[in-house]
Amino acid sequence: MSLKNALRAVTALTLITATTGAFAETITIATVNNGDMIRMQGYTDDFTAKTGHEVEWVTLEENVLRQRVTTDITTKGGQFDIMTIGMYETPIWGANGWLVPLNDLSEEYDVNDILPAMRGGLSHDGTLFAAPFYGESSMVMYRTDLMEKAGLEMPEAPTWQFIREAAAAMDDPENDINGICLRGKPGWGEGGAFITVTGNSFGARWFDEDWNAQFDQPEWKEALEFYVSLMNDYGPEGYATNGFNENLSLFQQGKCGMWIDATVAASFVTNPDDSTVADSVGFALAPNNEGVDKRSNWLWAWALAIPAGTQKEEAAKAFIEWATSKEYIELVAAKEGWANVPPGARTSLYENPEYQKVPFAKMTLDSINAADPTDPTVKPVPYVGIQFVAIPEFAGIATEVSQEFSAVYAGQQSIDEALEKAQALTNDAMEAAGYR
Amino acid sequence: MATQHSRSAARLMMTPAVVLLLGWMLVPLILTLYFSFKKYLPLRGDSLERGLDWVGFENYVRFISSSSFWPSVQTTLIIVGGVLLITVVLGIFLALLLDQPFWGQGVVRILVIAPFFVMPTVSALVWKNMFMDPINGILAHLWRFFGAEPISWLSDASLQSLILIVSWQWLPFATLILLTAVQSLDSEQLEAAEMDGASPVARFGFIVLPHLSRAITIVILIQTIFLLSIFAEIFVTTGGAFGTRTLTYLIFQRVIDSQNIGLGSAGGVYAIILANIVAIFLMRIVGKNLDR
Amino acid sequence: MARATTTRRKIITTVAAWSIGLLIFFPILWTILTSFKTEAQAINDPPLFFFFDWTLENYAVVQERSDYMRFLWNSVILAGGSTLLGILVAIPAAWSMAFVPSKRTKDILLWMLSTKMLPAVGVLYPISLLFVQFNLLDTHIGLIVVLMLINLPIIVWMLYTYFKEIPGEILEAARMDGATLKEEILYILTPMAIPGIASTVLLNFILAWNEAFWTLNLTAAKAAPLTAFIASYSSPEGLFFAKLSAASTMAIAPILILGWFSQKQLVRGLTFGAVK
Repeated sequence: MSLKNALRAVTALTLITATTGAFAETITIATVNNGDMIRMQGYTDDFTAKTGHEVEWVTLEENVLRQRVTTDITTKGGQFDIMTIGMYETPIWGANGWLVPLNDLSEEYDVNDILPAMRGGLSHDGTLFAAPFYGESSMVMYRTDLMEKAGLEMPEAPTWQFIREAAAAMDDPENDINGICLRGKPGWGEGGAFITVTGNSFGARWFDEDWNAQFDQPEWKEALEFYVSLMNDYGPEGYATNGFNENLSLFQQGKCGMWIDATVAASFVTNPDDSTVADSVGFALAPNNEGVDKRSNWLWAWALAIPAGTQKEEAAKAFIEWATSKEYIELVAAKEGWANVPPGARTSLYENPEYQKVPFAKMTLDSINAADPTDPTVKPVPYVGIQFVAIPEFAGIATEVSQEFSAVYAGQQSIDEALEKAQALTNDAMEAAGYR
Repeated sequence: MATQHSRSAARLMMTPAVVLLLGWMLVPLILTLYFSFKKYLPLRGDSLERGLDWVGFENYVRFISSSSFWPSVQTTLIIVGGVLLITVVLGIFLALLLDQPFWGQGVVRILVIAPFFVMPTVSALVWKNMFMDPINGILAHLWRFFGAEPISWLSDASLQSLILIVSWQWLPFATLILLTAVQSLDSEQLEAAEMDGASPVARFGFIVLPHLSRAITIVILIQTIFLLSIFAEIFVTTGGAFGTRTLTYLIFQRVIDSQNIGLGSAGGVYAIILANIVAIFLMRIVGKNLDR
Repeated sequence: MARATTTRRKIITTVAAWSIGLLIFFPILWTILTSFKTEAQAINDPPLFFFFDWTLENYAVVQERSDYMRFLWNSVILAGGSTLLGILVAIPAAWSMAFVPSKRTKDILLWMLSTKMLPAVGVLYPISLLFVQFNLLDTHIGLIVVLMLINLPIIVWMLYTYFKEIPGEILEAARMDGATLKEEILYILTPMAIPGIASTVLLNFILAWNEAFWTLNLTAAKAAPLTAFIASYSSPEGLFFAKLSAASTMAIAPILILGWFSQKQLVRGLTFGAVK
């Protein structure tokens, strides 16, 4: 009977290892292929060493990521234990009960350290549903050397009129330098976001208090006319297809005098490994139109959320606490320098004297603090959000609207035509959704 | 000599394929039809478990009355037609050329069929970035070299660019099929015609082209099936902007961007109808040509 | 005909064919070349052809970011599995259509082809829901079945046109000799049909390998093939032409090499009955 006993012993052993093994899990994380996330993947071993959990990464380009995670969450596919989503998705999904509330994070994690603007944007009814990995606003990045050559000085808070003047002075087609590079690429998160905040700074809004589209109002026309003439005169060739990455690459190659975009870009344009202009970049607040009391800076966070229904909630929470912790920031700082840590998420980072030495730290924080999602433009609006409107229908509507605008940038239709179409399709979609 | 026995055996052997395809067609089709009559906005909390509201033909009316509908049908037909035209014409030319004796036939044939092996996503990415980028793309370099202003291909000539990319992918397929057909051409007949003093144009028009008609039909049939639903190329290059929104892409926007499943499903039904119109049209020609 | 003219003609044809061949191949060649450059060299104006510092760094970066072998392996399983399954289902169907044709054979064939016209995006939601229901998301088996189904019409069609060229008399002779259906298929038909089956297998393998809608939407990590691998390189931050090229080369190299080696096989069968 010894054989039988031996078998029993083996079975028991397997059972024991199996049960202890259950504590170490493998979680699947969907994320976007932005620089900071790619860096995070590189540090996965640190997480595994600390917790024993393994991580499977699904890294996708932003548009593909949105398509994948949205389908997964609405069909309850359950393929991911953590999803990387933004300020637009979080409150909507949280309200539908699709995300695990993050209200029991550990003491050491110090949830109160998260910047209030970020916490507000990632909560629904006061409950946090996603933890910010990095946060951003937008600001002006400009070439100090070219500015000097042009005999101008960038104010800390420029107006659009000054931006135009500076673009004219820095524009130098002979040497392949465009006065200014801005997003024109279709897509609600790309050119759509940029033209929306530009609209804000001209006093335009998406909807009035009764959810009527406002593209027939003069502010929109003014904003578009300004943008199009600025870009046609001093922007790069083919700006209608340029998004964040395209402009970043242009700026790094020294082909832009100014670039108004996400504050996270600051660490990339000042990194001498990638940027040919690393030591001559200055920063300023995003501009406003003269006489308008709103600046064109947005507020965004890429955040980690746990879909409701995952079997691995504990491990997923452990990962979120690791990736968005103060320790993670210190880990990156120790390995790659303070300029490369994920910015815009924690108050303590901006109180750190080491980080205050980073040239763009203050301007990033100021820009974030200057953004108010509940009051994005001059006139009152029924919605929350600065470069987006936090309703489920917005992504679809704004993608189409921004495609109409991009067709203007490419010279395929007039501003009036585009605004007319935008007005019609927005109202139509809002009607379909039952707002009007 | 088909006996009763072999007939029933044949039927039995066809069953798995037919049943599988019938299932693959009917199950999604029925679900799509069902959704198309419902209000189904998952982001608003609609779900199958909670039950969906019946809205009659509202989705159908809304989809077709949208200002994007007819342009998208037009775009679809332009892309399919443009690619077919280019691949068939260039395919015939290439097939005739490759049929001639020359040094290195094997290698050249390998070069010509290579694009067929490239996955659509990769080909779209490579064309978009490394060729059509108005600043760093190789075409921009070429244009500047000749002193011309580089073109913003994907915004200023979006449809043409898209047709170019897709044609590049499908040209090998057309060439291969046409080449096999050219190779089966009776060379004695051609020589006889040449002796009789028929011009190259006449020889092409009266002997080669009729001989190729069957192959051309096949190329058109197979390619149309694939081209009607091209997606990755548009998704990667223009995202449906600049007049490149095909019907397929419009449906994608309704389903994924707007998360309006009912509306998207109604669009899907329209797409099926369009595909069937094209199919009937095609089958007429194909059927005739295949019987011969 | 003088020998000189044919030689001259051959030279002209050679030049023309090579130029066009290289032109068509150029995007692939350029991608492969760029993958060995540094990011700065990749956007150099004028473009650099062969004289640059060849580097493998991009491949190292790509490999470090995503485990290439796993995606490759999944691609092989999905494309191979769906092809195998498809062939198993298609051979009997194509056989019966070719040798026991009825009035409806052609209608059935065309109907099968028409199922391919269903726009995939239109049925994404129903299929996703079914996959969730049956726990098939991110599994090999689920995708193998889907890939098999979308390519089945093409397989049946190709085999059918190929089988039809096999003279029926041979089969009848075999039947006279008392061969059973099984023997008929196994010992007579199959050997004659091997070339056609081989090229069908190849074409289907290529189509399945390159399918980028379902493979992307129905997988996450465990079953994700190379189409998902490439989806993370479409717009990294900053300069990325060299890295994109390296990832692209890695994604297409296996199938390109397979295609080149089996070129003759593929060409022989890829007629869809275009030649009588």
